[in-house]
Amino acid sequence: MLFRHQNRLKNDADEQSLFAARALQALLVVAICLSLLLARFGWLQVFAHDEYTAKSENNRIRMRALAPPRGLIFDRNGLLLAENQLAYRLEMVPEQARKMEGGIDALWQRLSQIVALDEDARVDFEKSRTQHRHFEGVPVKLRLSEEEVARINVALFRLPGVQITPYLTRRYLYGPEFAHVLGYVGRISVEDLQELDAKRYEGTSYRGKSGIEAFYEHVLHGEPGYERVEVDAAGRTVRVLKRVLPKAGKNLVLSIDAALQRAVIQAYGVQTGAAVAIDPDNGAVLAFVSLPSFDPNLFVNGISQRNYQALLADPLRPTFNRALNGVYPPGSTFKPFMAMAGLELGLRTPESTVNSRGIFYLQGDKRGFRDWRAGGHGVVNLQEAMAQSVNTYFYQLAFELGIDRMHDYIQQFGLGTPTGLDLLGESTGLLPNKAWKLRVKKQPWYPGETVVCGIGQGQISVTITQLAHAGAALAAAGVRYTPSLLLAIEDPATAARVSALKPASNASFISNLSNVTSVQSSMQAVLHGPTGTARAVGNNSQYWMAGKTGTAQQVATVRQAVAGATVSRFKNQALFVGFAPAGRALDSTTKSKQQRIAVGLVVEQGGSGAHAAAPVARAIFDSYLIDGKRLLPESARTSFVATTPPPPALIDPDAALEQLELESLSVPTVSPASPPDMPEPQR
Amino acid sequence: MIPGSANTEQRLLYFLRWQVLARLPLPHIDGLLLFLILLTCGVSLLTLYSAGGSDFRYAFNQGVRFAIGFAAMAVLASTTPQQLRRIAPWLYGVTLFLLVLVTLFGEGRGAHRWLDLKIIRFQPSEIMKLALPMLLAWYFHRRVLPPTWKQLGMCAVLVGVPALLVAEQPDLGTALLIAGAGAFVIFLAGLSWAKIAIILTSAALSVPLLWQHLHTYQRNRVLVLLDPEADPLGNGWHIIQSKIAVGSGGLFGKGLGQGSQSQLAFLPEKHTDFILAVFSEDFGWIGVALLLLLYFAIIARSLWIAMQAGDTFSRLLAGALSMSFFVYVAVNSGMIAGVLPVVGVPLPLVSYGGTSAVSVLASFGILMSIHGNRQRIGRRSG
Repeated sequence: MLFRHQNRLKNDADEQSLFAARALQALLVVAICLSLLLARFGWLQVFAHDEYTAKSENNRIRMRALAPPRGLIFDRNGLLLAENQLAYRLEMVPEQARKMEGGIDALWQRLSQIVALDEDARVDFEKSRTQHRHFEGVPVKLRLSEEEVARINVALFRLPGVQITPYLTRRYLYGPEFAHVLGYVGRISVEDLQELDAKRYEGTSYRGKSGIEAFYEHVLHGEPGYERVEVDAAGRTVRVLKRVLPKAGKNLVLSIDAALQRAVIQAYGVQTGAAVAIDPDNGAVLAFVSLPSFDPNLFVNGISQRNYQALLADPLRPTFNRALNGVYPPGSTFKPFMAMAGLELGLRTPESTVNSRGIFYLQGDKRGFRDWRAGGHGVVNLQEAMAQSVNTYFYQLAFELGIDRMHDYIQQFGLGTPTGLDLLGESTGLLPNKAWKLRVKKQPWYPGETVVCGIGQGQISVTITQLAHAGAALAAAGVRYTPSLLLAIEDPATAARVSALKPASNASFISNLSNVTSVQSSMQAVLHGPTGTARAVGNNSQYWMAGKTGTAQQVATVRQAVAGATVSRFKNQALFVGFAPAGRALDSTTKSKQQRIAVGLVVEQGGSGAHAAAPVARAIFDSYLIDGKRLLPESARTSFVATTPPPPALIDPDAALEQLELESLSVPTVSPASPPDMPEPQR
Repeated sequence: MIPGSANTEQRLLYFLRWQVLARLPLPHIDGLLLFLILLTCGVSLLTLYSAGGSDFRYAFNQGVRFAIGFAAMAVLASTTPQQLRRIAPWLYGVTLFLLVLVTLFGEGRGAHRWLDLKIIRFQPSEIMKLALPMLLAWYFHRRVLPPTWKQLGMCAVLVGVPALLVAEQPDLGTALLIAGAGAFVIFLAGLSWAKIAIILTSAALSVPLLWQHLHTYQRNRVLVLLDPEADPLGNGWHIIQSKIAVGSGGLFGKGLGQGSQSQLAFLPEKHTDFILAVFSEDFGWIGVALLLLLYFAIIARSLWIAMQAGDTFSRLLAGALSMSFFVYVAVNSGMIAGVLPVVGVPLPLVSYGGTSAVSVLASFGILMSIHGNRQRIGRRSG
């Protein structure tokens, strides 16, 4: 020591041995410290183990996740459609149940003497047991009745590990009426757990599985809270020490008008089909119906095998959403869009005429394409072609346009593409062109197919949502709004609403507004003109309607309910597209004065469009405009009076009104013996 | 292997092998140390899987951080101790500057610890844990050992300034660890026992003075340690629940993912600072014994590497890093066992978190560099 201090020269060997000594001393300290620590752990884990095990088992404090109440769903007028209902479920904690003599089996036996438990319940219990830890409560039975709750509570002292847990379950107040809009919630499955944020779903047992419930799951589901509770040895809550309340999910205000929805269902009666009604000036979906329907409440707590089989076996397929996923040939409802193509692309003027002689031949082809009336309709202009649904007019037009121009123009109305409606799994439909056929069918396009497409048959198929959307776009003169079932999102705490309607997705694609006026007035003639195929329906209405009926033939594979075999047969689908009130001037100053409604609908196997579909449309319009009091006061009690054909190219409602008032509300007469709208035969 | 006779692919491989790889400084890897570290990382992933409620998310994220850490280790293992010695004063200077910046502009929950570099946010105090022992080792490298009082005074300034800055953030735990790392260099440099005795006595006398300067929450943590039952739902919660978790684990543990204490969310910070409690509950005393043995093996190997080193800088640095690692282990396990206050010190290589994993693995990279260059340096610095 002294030596180094006096002679301060660096000596690496000395320093190395000095360091080695210090390092060994340090290692000794390390060894002692770690041994002491290990001894301390040993004291805790071996010597005091029993004490801490008891503390752990009797740990009187538990953390419990609190599931957030799901957002409520209202219609546009504030009518409650989906609510949360308090229910009780029976749970068993396996760890504590095992303490009983005989274990879980004995406990189950004892429980089944108190409440009805079948074999299915045991299977479900064993399945969900694998998803829970052994110290967590596993559901035994959901939705206990009050009597069951009382009976279990009395016997609870001899049922170790059994608890009754309150929870919120979903209830759809109007069952089948909104099933295809709202969808339903169901229990969270193993697959769901993979994609959901486990933290947000702690304590939640169900999630949206279809419809609005699935699409807006992220909005409806709130933020979970938790509570720190003191429990007794059996795990039952004695006292709540701390509670962080969950944040409820947001409420949804749908654009659906519940009264209108019910009127639509009523108008269908026992018939099968689908109808979609849209406000053409903002895209709000006013009614969305698919019939037959089902009771979504069946799915909420897990549907029983018997009910599920019954739904699956029903040949009318009630769970199938016809409005969203049913694809139909549009038939004659395609004609207004064809007319728009003809006018906009300069191939026709409203006054151009075509001579209908009952059959249309392509050059060099012996087979002809028929009109629905034998012998034809004679010389017709646009208005008459639409009013009488003259096939030859549109055969000729389609032939001149060619399939690719037809496709390119008409797709602007949104046919053949999903509309972007806020439901999952919307079908695409098909608006064919040459490229599509070459790509998918590996075949060239034939001119004959173009001709058939001209009347909405052949390869063309659309969904009812698309049809309504296209009708709305026609009503709004080429301005498209993405259809939305959601009107607004409401904060449950502050009741503040945020509008969910989107602005128009495009400026009008129509170059000449007078073309829209021509087509719209020709559609008015369908319902109000003296030769209109659906004039019986338009008769005596308080407002003007514009529309087009269609009767499409579809080869359908129908499951025979009795034989269980599948057979192919033709189905006549009755369709309608249109809107009301019609005939407004199209400049922006008068727009938004009055609410309008556009519909697309189908009545399956309903026969002709004019007889089956148009009356349903009339009922929808009446319900919305008259019962809903959405007509302007001055347009009350009036009717369209036709002069001799050809009718005026442009129907001006205001001018007509004035004239009517002068004539002191004369009641128009329409000859009842008029030719019906016949199904259009193919070739 | 004549490149002329080979095809393009073989030529490319030849080029890569001899012209690129051979010229790169290859990391000096100590196989034994690497094996022990990998074992510990394995324990970490297993325990995180359990603490995460049998969910791989935490384990996966930590796996990614380990990968980054091992990359940092490889980079540092490719350097030579001379290079490290040359940058030591610069690293210290820059880090000190960053610490000042953090004190002025830093962000964090209640405490200014983080520096946001847009791409990554990091704590300069973590770098200081490496930079300070490097600087002191550099300082003693050219000087004759053992240290004199004058040198001790110089060291007190070099240690004190960063330690006080970190303590002001306020992060007392890290400040003590930084000061500890400095103290180990001085101890290993051969500070005489007489001087150690004098310093320790005066330190003990200044404890009441230090107590005055502690924040309320820091004081509470110490007080609660002395009597956890006094506040069982507040400050005592951590210690009580941690002890119950450990104690109920028993000799053999409850099994992976079966610890009710951990799974029922009694344990706070169960992925980070309290991961050892989860481990103890799942694997029992046998598990703890094996884990502590693993840590002892890592520390012993590291100190052996320090003793083998050929120059003062390498020896002191390697020794200080080994002992710092030990302090982490001891402080964290002491906290879990309820004998040390709850300070935010993670269990090295096991706790969830990126900064700690990367900085610990980086320090092992330095140890491997020292090990790989032991003879060569010995000759040159003689």
